[in-house]
Amino acid sequence: MEEAVIELDELRKTFVVRRRAGRLKRTRHEVHAVESISFTVPRGEMVGYIGPNGAGKSTTIKMLTGILTPSGGRVRVAGLDPSRERTALAQRIGVVFGQRTTLWWDLPLRDSYQLMRRMYRIEEPRFRKNLDRCVDLLDLGALLDVPVRQLSLGQRMRGDIAAALLHDPEVLYLDEPTIGLDVISKAKVREFLHDLNAERGTTVLLTTHDLTDIEQLCKRVMVIDHGRLVYDGDLGGLHAIGESERTLVVDFERELPPVSVDGARTVRTEGPRQWLAFPAGASAAPVVTALAERYPLVDLSVREPDIEDVIARMYAGA
Amino acid sequence: MGERLYLGLRGYGLIVAMWVRATLAYRTSFALMVLGSFVSTFLNFVAIMIMFTHTDVLGGFTVAEVALLYGTSATSLGLADLLLGSLDRLGARVRDGTMDALLVRPVPVFAQVTADRFALRRLGRISQGVLVLIWALTQVDVDWTWWKLVLLPVTVLSGLGIYGAIYTCGAAFQFWANDASEVQNAFTYGGDTLLQYPPTIFAKDLVWGATFIIPLAFVNWLPIGRILGREDRLGLPGWVDFASPAVALIACTIAGFAWRAGLRGYRSTGS
Repeated sequence: MEEAVIELDELRKTFVVRRRAGRLKRTRHEVHAVESISFTVPRGEMVGYIGPNGAGKSTTIKMLTGILTPSGGRVRVAGLDPSRERTALAQRIGVVFGQRTTLWWDLPLRDSYQLMRRMYRIEEPRFRKNLDRCVDLLDLGALLDVPVRQLSLGQRMRGDIAAALLHDPEVLYLDEPTIGLDVISKAKVREFLHDLNAERGTTVLLTTHDLTDIEQLCKRVMVIDHGRLVYDGDLGGLHAIGESERTLVVDFERELPPVSVDGARTVRTEGPRQWLAFPAGASAAPVVTALAERYPLVDLSVREPDIEDVIARMYAGA
Repeated sequence: MGERLYLGLRGYGLIVAMWVRATLAYRTSFALMVLGSFVSTFLNFVAIMIMFTHTDVLGGFTVAEVALLYGTSATSLGLADLLLGSLDRLGARVRDGTMDALLVRPVPVFAQVTADRFALRRLGRISQGVLVLIWALTQVDVDWTWWKLVLLPVTVLSGLGIYGAIYTCGAAFQFWANDASEVQNAFTYGGDTLLQYPPTIFAKDLVWGATFIIPLAFVNWLPIGRILGREDRLGLPGWVDFASPAVALIACTIAGFAWRAGLRGYRSTGS
């Protein structure tokens, strides 16, 4: 068996929330953000960690990085107990929060990186090499002297990813790394992460709302909902269980009655545009070919199912 | 423990050095900021001087004696403000979630928070305090014996410890009450304003509170009162005038526990 870098054993996190009830009275509620989650991630794997908002994704990541202390269960990352050995663990992990930066807001990227180098005690040649590589692959050259607050979201995200990798972490956590990015930035980030994992064997755990991230990067996907792990396997399996469907959006030359082709069904029409659903596991090619043979096509595009829909259907099927 | 202290001091030094470099990149702006800080804090002393144009003594203290109180408190507070003043942004960090970023770096959080945006302009506050202190020392009528010469710097350093402890306790409180930075300011800047005046002009209850609840009296009233040969208002035993270092140490220990409790609370609730 391969060496496990991340191990969770019945990990739990319970928050106590006090709500106002009346003028002075306050009621105490327990919120089980994470309820008994167990999984292991072997070294070098790239795992997608998905689920609806408030499912407990960020809470799990915060426990894996040592930010939050678990309420129960056991957790080990690179052999360390994150909440007890937080500063030691920091040397061996990289963290990117999609929504907020870990860089120094008022400083140019270059200064932030220099400070990282000293903080993490990275030797100069290794630092040079890592920085050059990130600057090259993430296209940061022109941004190094710009204060972080002046960067666009996509630029900042790339800057943040570089910052998390200067000290060669064994494990990289990415919390929504593509949220709010444009198509080109998304593609750049994905390509970079793919190469990082392939060439360096960095273990990557990423949370996302974008199934395309998972599709292009992760062989394994874990779904969490209401603080519990509800699926652990490959993306195809998730689609099969959820009976999820992709949607082909087709523009015809003119308004047509709902078209019919094998392997897809029309779910909506609006003027010359029609929406055709087909199983997410199937290829779009035969459907497109059949359509092109029989109807005058102008344009078409494929939409991936939403994570929320997949999960909702998973429940409906269960 | 020793290693954490080393990590903390090293991290503090690194971050401070970077901010100082960043600040000095814009020299004119830096000079203006220092000047601004100097002038705005020095106005407090100007107010005292104006008061003395109408009277020769205030609560039994001459202008030079009041200046000595002012100078010691202002220097202590200035040093604490320079070293730990950034703690008042802690609540904002907890609110906007950037606190988490500090927790994933290999440097103790306290060092990162205190060194963040290290503001060298605060030298303005210190320098006006030192100037008033020097002026007071040339004017004041004191028979300087060796123990008084030792007590003076010890007092300033103890004051730094006491103000520092107040800053830290205030910051710890912000882990729970995210917008409570004004509470600590009330005790630091407010305390400084209190200590610029002789204890004799305040109600006894206030002096009692400033001795036993928030130990501000140990910043200057008690030890400087001893140097000036004044009886303290509460009739405390004489050794209390020399207790400032011990009080500072106790205050810092309590502050350390408060900080740890605050951080532990944050790490169990995440908000």
